[in-house]
Amino acid sequence: MNLTLKIWRQKNHSDKGGFKEYKVSDISKDMSFLEMLDVLNEQLSDSGEDPVHFDHDCREGICGMCSLHINGKPHGPKQTTTCQLHMRSFSDGETITIEPWRATAFPVVKDLVVDRSSFDRIIQAGGYVSVNTGGVPDANEIPIPKRIADEAFDAATCIGCGACVAACKNASAMLFTSAKISQLAMLPQGQVERKERAERMIAQMDSEGFGACTNTGACSAECPKGISLTNIARMNREYFSAVVSSDNV
Amino acid sequence: MILDSKLPDGPLAEKWTKHKFNIKLVNPANKRKYEVIVVGTGLAGASAAASLAELGYNVKAFCFQDSPRRAHSIAAQGGINAAKNYQNDGDSVYRLFYDTIKGGDYRAREANVFRLAEVSVNIIDQCVAQGVPFAREYGGLLANRSFGGAQVSRTFYARGQTGQQLLLGAYSALSRQVANGKVKLYPRTELMDVVTVDGKARGIITRNLITGAIESHSAHAVLLCTGGYGNVFFLSTNAMGSNVTAAWRAHKKGALMANPCYTQIHPTCIPVSGDHQSKLTLMSESLRNDGRVWVPATIEMAEKLRKGQIKANDIKEEDRDYYLERKYPSFGNLVPRDVASRNAKYVCDEGRGVNETGEAVFLDFRDAIQRDGEDLIRAKYGNLFDMYQQITGENPYQGPMMIYPAVHYTMGGLWVDYNLMTNIPGLYALGEANFSDHGANRLGASALMQGLADGYFVIPYTIGDYLAQSGYDKISEDHPEFKKSEKEVKDRVQKLLSIKGEKTVDHFHKRLGKIMWDYCGMARSAEGLTKAKGMIKELKKEFWSNVKVLGDNEELNQSLEKAHRVADFIELGELMVDDALHREESCGGHFREEYQTPEGEALRDDENFAYVAAWKYQGEGQEEELVKEPLVFENVKLTQRSYK
Amino acid sequence: MSWVTKTFKSTLGQKLLMALTGLFLILFLVVHLAGNLQLLLPDEGESFNIYAHSMATNPLIRVVSIGNFAFILIHVIYSVVLTRSNKKARPVNYAVSQASTNSKWASRNMGILGTVILIFLIIHLRGFWYEFKFGELPTAVYDGVTYKNVFAIVSEAFSNIAYVIVYVLSMAFLGFHLSHGFASAFQTLGLNHVKYSPLIQKVGAGFAIIIPALFALIPVLMYIKTL
Repeated sequence: MNLTLKIWRQKNHSDKGGFKEYKVSDISKDMSFLEMLDVLNEQLSDSGEDPVHFDHDCREGICGMCSLHINGKPHGPKQTTTCQLHMRSFSDGETITIEPWRATAFPVVKDLVVDRSSFDRIIQAGGYVSVNTGGVPDANEIPIPKRIADEAFDAATCIGCGACVAACKNASAMLFTSAKISQLAMLPQGQVERKERAERMIAQMDSEGFGACTNTGACSAECPKGISLTNIARMNREYFSAVVSSDNV
Repeated sequence: MILDSKLPDGPLAEKWTKHKFNIKLVNPANKRKYEVIVVGTGLAGASAAASLAELGYNVKAFCFQDSPRRAHSIAAQGGINAAKNYQNDGDSVYRLFYDTIKGGDYRAREANVFRLAEVSVNIIDQCVAQGVPFAREYGGLLANRSFGGAQVSRTFYARGQTGQQLLLGAYSALSRQVANGKVKLYPRTELMDVVTVDGKARGIITRNLITGAIESHSAHAVLLCTGGYGNVFFLSTNAMGSNVTAAWRAHKKGALMANPCYTQIHPTCIPVSGDHQSKLTLMSESLRNDGRVWVPATIEMAEKLRKGQIKANDIKEEDRDYYLERKYPSFGNLVPRDVASRNAKYVCDEGRGVNETGEAVFLDFRDAIQRDGEDLIRAKYGNLFDMYQQITGENPYQGPMMIYPAVHYTMGGLWVDYNLMTNIPGLYALGEANFSDHGANRLGASALMQGLADGYFVIPYTIGDYLAQSGYDKISEDHPEFKKSEKEVKDRVQKLLSIKGEKTVDHFHKRLGKIMWDYCGMARSAEGLTKAKGMIKELKKEFWSNVKVLGDNEELNQSLEKAHRVADFIELGELMVDDALHREESCGGHFREEYQTPEGEALRDDENFAYVAAWKYQGEGQEEELVKEPLVFENVKLTQRSYK
Repeated sequence: MSWVTKTFKSTLGQKLLMALTGLFLILFLVVHLAGNLQLLLPDEGESFNIYAHSMATNPLIRVVSIGNFAFILIHVIYSVVLTRSNKKARPVNYAVSQASTNSKWASRNMGILGTVILIFLIIHLRGFWYEFKFGELPTAVYDGVTYKNVFAIVSEAFSNIAYVIVYVLSMAFLGFHLSHGFASAFQTLGLNHVKYSPLIQKVGAGFAIIIPALFALIPVLMYIKTL
């Protein structure tokens, strides 16, 4: 396969940046998208041009490090992570446009690399159960209905890649935030700090500069783990009941 | 040099309890006077950082990823072992201990392994309390499964994403301490050197991966929780960024590297599809419960298959060689990882491998689908089949899958004593980064257990023993040792950038990987290893004169990051070869072709090799010194493994 | 900052206001339509004029109508506030976007749809409500009581083909706005449930077609009658 790549290049955060076109040839259909970029980078290195920087690590679809807005969609045409996207999803001669995630809360670091530490700060605001190591009850002391455990698991599969933010027209982080709030709101372990958690995580999410939710559903449709919109509804319920009933004046 | 493993005496089952009582404690009010550096935020690092911060220590946590949640522990699929005996099927702490020692082919310390089994039960309690959504039965209690051929069901799991859920649990505990101000987080920061002052570890030098700034961090103790070094093979199931740099720099500062040749090759990975391949993907071992492994009976047929003249489904039953079932009638397709891997290599070496590359064998579900129906198979393995289809583009319900072994885990690592401290006082190694618990081969679902045991339940006790005796005085980051190390790091960066050679970093990494895989992989021989040593020496010379690293230090520079890592891998590769060459026996993940039983199984030499091989760095270009820690077995009887 | 202001400064609090006011306005549409359908009765506007009069004089209705205006205002103001903060959340747009593959057009263009509806509302209020309240209207007498003959100005307006077209088009916009807004309001309120959400979706879709269609039917039929 021969391809034309239109890639966003930006030297650093303060640089203005712009698109640059590259050609790659002899791309195998069995390559992953990132391996195709590896080929480009070897080619660029050989010719003395700075390789295209992009985030990636596990390359098996679970660490959430890879990103990329490919041909107008986060993680490209398939509902998966970019590292699990293969070149057989593209056709010979195609022009592929590759951009970084675009959001105020995800500033561009370089080329296609963005800073998603805002997600960490949202979790730091309350995405945990406050138990210290040791001194906890036996694991089987709290039975949890299978259905609840399964549903909590579904919410917990979020990999924190940021595709939801990238897909949302408002760059909203509601799906990410709601997945964690939901997981802990459903489980008995999360009950003690339930109200506090919802209030604090949402306040942090707002202060990071993410947008609001218009319920377009784009986040869930593009989520590589298929996190459901019901989590956002649950987060809303958690939040409204928290603000009217918590002790925080 | 004599290594003191500080093993407590007394009966096996009382060692840890007794040891916890005998070691010194730090007064609660004094804990805040100590700074602890934790490098790496995987299961071991995140759990250690969180637990130490909860105790009151001031922690600095470092990771090279953009978030601590992305450490490669996240990719573990299968599960985590614990001797809970919830299933009433005869499990016990002793049985888990015994299985782990035996599975490790009797090359691990009894006391360490017993402690691991002992605290395994606490891990599950801790994770459940954090809100980790483990699989449950309809009654609401935790579910278990049998894993990797174990005779009991002791594996706790969260679908095929156990590592992810456990890591997110540890990450949440870590995040809570970040919010409390007890942990300061340094993401996108890579360790460049370990700083020792008066023989003790007193800090590290790091490089900020965004700005390139070389910085000093002083502390009272340093914990390396930096994972394994499987990427020395270039292709492995490790993450792209997984590296040996932290451990290797510590090694060059005097920390001993133990059993570096013990590497685990996992039999069920998706095969390499071409030269472009950047990493390998593992599929859960559970596939071998129902899938049958085979290759064509003849080389001619395999050739036709590779050329695409016939299809797998065209091959008649009598022309298929179910070689594992044939050679190991009692265990069949469920033989341990090392045996399954080695046999795949044998049939491919004979020329009966499939796939265009000839380096793959079939894993066939045809019979299982006929027996149980497609729906049941889908329910059991659907996510794995989907993953296979996504990567290969082929439908595993219609034809057999192809698999091939790949490097998965490294049992070797920094030598540590019973307290997890290396031979450098104040420098600790936890999780896969140390060598301590798995001997020559790790059992399935035990890596997660060890990472969390070290971080949650061992280091919080043992670090106090050291700190209580070390005083509160902080060493300034302007101390000459820090300045010296900083300069060395800067010089090395400059060196790499100034070579301006012809070949990219990946070029060298791929060549190193091929040498290691060919000569220090699934099967090793004195001849091959000797050859490999020469090749690595050559490669090292060429790397330092012909590598091309573009860009500057003062920016995000992924080629420079990689160059540092690959330079260390090359040096490690040489030591692995030395270790493999010196160990004239076969055990676990280390198979020397010269040492096998008449049936082609690993032949241990307990008389001469029942020891830990710890290697001491002697300086640039010098052969390393071998230091032996004898392994004493007081509780288990050493036997030959047999799976016939 | 008190917890109340804090709540309404949060994105979720603001979305709550949008959802609640939206749902009230949806309810209002039903009441309004019920009144309007009387225009089609073959009584030369008698029922409609009496209905209009009672609406204007009933104190309860007056309170509700003030509320109605307030809600429209809140709905508009917060839509502006939210749109602005949403734009700020993504200052640089994508060069290529395939949003149509992951979401419905209406859901992404509620602001534009709402703006068109607001413009229509202003024209609508100027033409009817303002005239009814402050304008010089012809009168009609039923059973000895004099009523403002609002039916007359309505029929006059609906004899103008341009006005009819604007009205019908605006109802189409309203339909699109409702096609997302109806179910979306429930989702924002957190009312998402496996049992009820499919029903809400269906009712919403039906509502978004039927209500605007009936509204649009009135001027069309009245125009045809004048031919």
